[in-house]
Amino acid sequence: MAEVEETLKRIQSQKGVQGIIIVNSEGIPIKTTMDNSSTVQYVGLIHQLVMKARSTLRDLDPQNDLTFLRIRSKKNEIMIAPDKDYFLIVIQNPSD
Amino acid sequence: MEIVHVYVRRRGDFGRQSHFSDRPAELLVDIGPDPPLADGFIHRDPRDVATQSAQEMSEHQVNTERFESESRGINHVEGGWPKDVNPQEMEQTIRFRKKVEKDENYVTSVLQLGSVMENCIKQNNATDIYQDYSEDEEAADEVQEPPAAKTVNVFRDPNEVKRTVTGLSWHPDGNRKLAGAYSCLEFQKASKDMSFDSYIWDIENPNRPELTLKPVSPLVCLEYNPKDCHTLAGGCYNGQIAFWDTRRGSQPVELSSVEQSHRDPVYKLIWMQSKTGTDAFSASTDGQVLWWDMRRLSEPTERLVLDLSREGSLDAALGASALEFEATMPTKFMVGTEQGLVLSCNRKAKSPAEKIVCTFDGHHGPVYALQRNPFFPKNFLTVGDWTARIWSEDIKESSIMWTRYGTSYLMDACWSPVRPAVFFTVKMDGVLDVWDVLFKQNEPTLSIKVCDEGLYSLRLQESGRLLACGSRLGGASLLELGPSLSTLQRNEKSLVAAMFERETKREKILEARQRELRLKERSRSEQSREDDGAKEADGQEDPEELIARAEADFFSAIDAEIKRRQKEEDKHREKDVCEEKEVRNGAE
Repeated sequence: MAEVEETLKRIQSQKGVQGIIIVNSEGIPIKTTMDNSSTVQYVGLIHQLVMKARSTLRDLDPQNDLTFLRIRSKKNEIMIAPDKDYFLIVIQNPSD
Repeated sequence: MEIVHVYVRRRGDFGRQSHFSDRPAELLVDIGPDPPLADGFIHRDPRDVATQSAQEMSEHQVNTERFESESRGINHVEGGWPKDVNPQEMEQTIRFRKKVEKDENYVTSVLQLGSVMENCIKQNNATDIYQDYSEDEEAADEVQEPPAAKTVNVFRDPNEVKRTVTGLSWHPDGNRKLAGAYSCLEFQKASKDMSFDSYIWDIENPNRPELTLKPVSPLVCLEYNPKDCHTLAGGCYNGQIAFWDTRRGSQPVELSSVEQSHRDPVYKLIWMQSKTGTDAFSASTDGQVLWWDMRRLSEPTERLVLDLSREGSLDAALGASALEFEATMPTKFMVGTEQGLVLSCNRKAKSPAEKIVCTFDGHHGPVYALQRNPFFPKNFLTVGDWTARIWSEDIKESSIMWTRYGTSYLMDACWSPVRPAVFFTVKMDGVLDVWDVLFKQNEPTLSIKVCDEGLYSLRLQESGRLLACGSRLGGASLLELGPSLSTLQRNEKSLVAAMFERETKREKILEARQRELRLKERSRSEQSREDDGAKEADGQEDPEELIARAEADFFSAIDAEIKRRQKEEDKHREKDVCEEKEVRNGAE
C-alpha cells in the first residue's frame, strides 16, 4: 500500500506531470489526482480507446498485445500503461 | 408407300353443318417390321444417361421493411460499478475503492505499471523525441553570428576649414553614390573662408568627390529625387531651396527667391510622391512648412505655419527641426519641433486651422529625427534630447517604448529598411548605436565608436547593408553591416507587430487609468466644493470681517502717523517762534 503511494508520488513529482489516474478493467477510477468530472471524462474516453487499440493489435497479430499507448497532442501528452486488470493514465506537459 | 384414305360425299351434303359422332377405332394401316431395314441399325449397350442428385434451388428476391438507424453519442458517466455499489453515494464508492486498493493484484500491477510509466515520463523530459532536428541546426547558425558592422570607407571634407556633414542622401538606384550636405550649424561659428560647397561621392572613390555642388549658402539638407536620379534638392542655411541637375553641372538650376523662402535654415526637405515628380516640401525652425514645385521655385505652392493656437501667427509658431513623410500615406505628414513636440498634420485639411491634427509631447529638447517604421507605418521613431522613443499613432499621451537617458545627445536616427525591429542612432560622442528591439530593449545591441567628434547625420542605404554617417569635422563614414543585422529574421515581422501591439495596449491601459483617477479627483473636488458652499454662508463673513479689520488697522496706522508728524512740525514751529522771540528779545 505504501509502495503504491510512493510510486504515485514519485510520478507526480516529475517535471510537467499534470495528472494521474488509475482505472480498473471495468472503467472505475480507483485513484486520481484530478477533479472528478475530468477524471470521469478521461476514463470513459480512454477506456474505449485502449480497448480499440488492443483489439486492433490482436486482430493484426493474435500473438501481439498492447504494452504502452502514447497520445501526443499540441498541448500535452497522455500516456497509458495497460495491464490485465488495471491501467495507469498519466497526463504530462512535455518540457519543450 | 403411300397411305391413302378415300371418303365419298354427296354433292348436296356440302356446306351442311358437321355432325360429329363416336365410332370405334378402325385399323387403317399396319406396317410390320422389315428385317432388311433392321440391318441399318446397331445395338448399343450400355448407354450413358446423366442424372443429378443435388438440391433443387431457385432464386427469390425479398424486400424487407426499412430499418431506421441513427448516430448517437454516449455520455459516459460512471462506469461499471458492481450492483451493490451506488455510484452516487460517496461512502459506498470510497469503501469500494479502499477494498480494491488492498487487493494484492492491484499493488503489483500498479508498481509495475508505475515503473514503465516513469521511464516514459523521464524520456519525455529528457529529450523531445518529436523535435525537428534539422531545423535546429539552421537556428543555431543564425544565433552564433553576433551583430557586427565595420567601416568600409571614410569620405573627408577636402576643404581646409572642416564643416559638419548635416545631411546625407543615397542615390535612388544603383546606390553607388552618396550626396552629403556640408554646413556649419553652430551659431555664428561659420568663418568667412568656409566654403559653401557640398559634394556627391562615389563610394568606391573616397579621395575625390565625384561632383561638387555650389550653392549660394551652405546646404543643411540635401535629397535625391527618388523618381529622377539626376536631380537633387537642397535646403540652405539662409532658408532658400535650391534645385540641381547633375547633368547640368555644379550650379543650381533653380533657386527659390529669398523673400518667399524660409527665414531660418531649412532643416529638412522631402520629395513627395506626385505625378510630375517635382514636388517637395521643406521645414525650418522659423515655424513654417512650405510646399514647392521644383520647376517654379519663385514661390511656394502652399504654406503652413506651425502654430498650435491655429491662428497662423509666426510669432507663436513652433520651429520645425524634423519632417516625415511616408509615400503610402500621401496626405499625412509629421513634423518634429524644436520644442519637443511632434505634430501630425493632414495636408488635405480644408482650413489651415485643421491642418494640424494632433500633437505628441515627448521630448525635452528639439526633435532631431522622425521616421515611421517602414513595415509598420503606425509606429514611428523620434530622437531628441538624450533618448530615442517609439510611438504609436493611437496613443497621444506618451511613447510606447523608449530608451534610457543616454550620456550624450542623440542627433539622428533611422529604421533599418529590411528589418522592422532594428534602428540606428548617432550621438554627439561619435558613437553609432544599433538597437534591436527583439534582442535587447535596455541597451543597444551594438555600439560602434565611429570617430572622436560628434556624429550629426545618418542614412541607411535601401539594401540595408550600407550605412553612412556624417561627423562634425566633415568626415562621412561608410559602414557595412553584418548579415545578422541586414537580413530579415524568421517571424520577425510578427514578433515586432506583437511587441508594438503589446506596448500600445499597455499605454492605453495606463491612459485609461489616468483618466479614471482624474475623474475621481474632479468629482471629489466638486463634492468638497458643495460642502464648502454650506460653510461659505458663515465663511463669507470671515473674509469680509478680515478685510474690514485690515482696513481699520491701516487707516488707524495712517492716522497715527499723520498725528505724529503734525506734532513734530508744531514742535519745530514753536522752537522757531521761541528762537525768534529770543532773538527779538536779544535784539531789543
